Amino acid sequence: MDWGFFAGVAIAGLLVGVMYSLVAIGFVLIYKTSGVLNFAQGAMVLFAALTFVSLHEEGVAFWLAFAITLVAMIVLGILIEALVLRPLINQPPITLFMATLGLSYVIEGAAQLFWGTQVHQLDLGIEDVPLPLNTVLISQFDLFCAGVAGVIVAALTILFRYTRTGIAFRAAAEDQYAALNTGLRLPRIWAIVWAVAGFVALIAGLLWGARTGVQFSLSLVVLKSLPVLVLGGFDSIAGAIVGGLIIGLTETLAEVYVGPYVGGGIDQWIAYVIALIFLLVRPTGLFGQRSVERV
Amino acid sequence: MRFPHRLAAAALAVGLTGFAPLTAHAQNAPATATTPATQPEQYFPLQSYRVGPYAAGGTGFFGGFIDYMTLINSRDGGVNGVKLTWDECETQYVVEKGVECYERMKTHQPPPSAWNPLSVGIAYAMIPGVTADKVPLITIDHGRTDSTDGAVFPYVFPLLMNPYSESSAIVNFIGTRVGGDDKLAGKSIVVLYHGSPYGRETIPIYQLLAKKYGFTLQQIEVPDPGAEQEAQWLQIRRIHPDYVVLRGWGVMNPVALKTAQKTGFPADHIIGNVWSNSEEDASPAGHAAVGYIALTTQATGTQYPVIQQIENTVYKAGKGDMADHSRIGSVYYNLGVVNGILNVEAIRIAQAKFGNHTLTGDQVRWGFEHLDLDPGRVAALGASGLFHSINVTCSDHEGHGLVTFQQWDGTKWNRISDWIAPDWDLLRPIIEASANKYAAQNNITPRDCSKEAAN
Repeated sequence: MDWGFFAGVAIAGLLVGVMYSLVAIGFVLIYKTSGVLNFAQGAMVLFAALTFVSLHEEGVAFWLAFAITLVAMIVLGILIEALVLRPLINQPPITLFMATLGLSYVIEGAAQLFWGTQVHQLDLGIEDVPLPLNTVLISQFDLFCAGVAGVIVAALTILFRYTRTGIAFRAAAEDQYAALNTGLRLPRIWAIVWAVAGFVALIAGLLWGARTGVQFSLSLVVLKSLPVLVLGGFDSIAGAIVGGLIIGLTETLAEVYVGPYVGGGIDQWIAYVIALIFLLVRPTGLFGQRSVERV
Repeated sequence: MRFPHRLAAAALAVGLTGFAPLTAHAQNAPATATTPATQPEQYFPLQSYRVGPYAAGGTGFFGGFIDYMTLINSRDGGVNGVKLTWDECETQYVVEKGVECYERMKTHQPPPSAWNPLSVGIAYAMIPGVTADKVPLITIDHGRTDSTDGAVFPYVFPLLMNPYSESSAIVNFIGTRVGGDDKLAGKSIVVLYHGSPYGRETIPIYQLLAKKYGFTLQQIEVPDPGAEQEAQWLQIRRIHPDYVVLRGWGVMNPVALKTAQKTGFPADHIIGNVWSNSEEDASPAGHAAVGYIALTTQATGTQYPVIQQIENTVYKAGKGDMADHSRIGSVYYNLGVVNGILNVEAIRIAQAKFGNHTLTGDQVRWGFEHLDLDPGRVAALGASGLFHSINVTCSDHEGHGLVTFQQWDGTKWNRISDWIAPDWDLLRPIIEASANKYAAQNNITPRDCSKEAAN
């Protein structure tokens, strides 16, 4: 056993997992506060990255393009809340889920309608060359991504725990009727949450776009986030991170050490096998809240 | 908060289906380039894809194809007075939609001349239908390898290059890089392939080539879409091969190049196949793609007379199909132009036998089966250097196309090899065996091509 190689594989897997977590966090934000599993998160990632890179290619300065895209994502979030979610208040979760499924079509179509179907290069100015650490190679870019994810998690944790807005989010998540009775304005809360999810989508879009190029398939990164959510819990930001790390680590190790014996290409479905097992054993995921219902 | 278990299961189910349905978008309404009813016309149904994950390739290919047909109409008044017309039907590269387009357009009058879906999946699904309809199916640079055997597949034409020829040409090219085919023995090659029927099609041929030349071979699958390849490239790093053959598609290509850089593998030792050879494959990878080499059947650039005629005749008249003019001369665009040349010349050849009027699909098929464009004829068409030549026969629906190799310099492709021939003699018995197996399974009696040649 080459332990140096094993360590390299494990570290690479964990860093890959962080990338999955970045997208999963967007899901958690929406679910945690409104109970909606937003399947349009991947489309939002695509829309954000495509808007940013198209503006930047038109000559708009990096930070200005970032700011304009952020405003666009906030407006998108507010529109989604006003036009799609508000009319569906108190509808069953599956109805809301289907609404976001439809929304993903609309956003993907709009992104391509506005910005075209070309593939774009996105250079964030961070070299993606390996840092040699003994025999282990660690990607500088992946380390940067891990740092960004850490900052986002810290910021969201502070937001949810220590700010009035965050506490209002949690109250709305806990019981919407009680929140309304205490004077909280749910539409405003949801609009803010969707705007924050838009910001997370922008960050995820830029980081994924820098890895893969900005193209339609960015919207498919949600595929990697679903098992992360099932594993970590739909309503836990910490769960999104831990779930992502477990999925990234497991699929990478499995592909490298098991894949060659079974024909390879197993990293796509092995994550879903793990998620299915968790769904059977612990339906709420590692960190998800267990449902308690008075009957 | 109530945890919706059913919702989690539903989400998981959607994920496990591969998200394919979510690539759907509003379909483009067919856009017909019509002519007055009194003029004879030759009709092409185009199953294009201008939205969705592979739209970059679709817009380039179909843009080039349409621009060439527009050139023929504008410059020559059609093919010997017969106008070329077409409809587009959006497939989004989805097989079901491609088949739906086929069903919708196959009854068009005048009848379809040929089908050009530029999709392995759609082409596979259409083979029984087009054979019954007696209309040729063109799968330029792709498709079923065994459809090269026209005795069994009379209506399918993998023009210029089939996947086996491609594999052979890549190994021949690597041979030139290491100092000759005899130096391949003892070398190590990894084939990184897309996890799809397209990607897996060449697994046996690389095994055969490895046995013949004595190189060590590892073939590693990347699951679709290929947006994450850490595990695969870590394996490659452990194998430490001399060359990696990239048999990718879509997002898999730039991600492969970026991950190769991340794991310290040099780009100039990665050889891309024909679906890993476009600007859209290399450009998004930035610096990681500099030095990357890929195979192609048609050169890039706008210096060829036919491309310049399109720019001067079609675009100056405001009739061009490409919204982004900078893509004229790109890999997919030029492939579309070459595809247009082959379709038009097949009609011209068929007209010489059947007359200068609207031809049936079966008559156009005859034209494809006698499509012989030597370098002199290619030059006369203004395409010298754009592609080499083609000579299609009843038994060889590929047409002995030659390939060349290009290297990415960070902004554009540059040709780095002469035109290279695959090892057809090695491949032919395998193709025939596979075709005959297909014939037996489908109760097909192969044609006697020696008799066909006399017709």
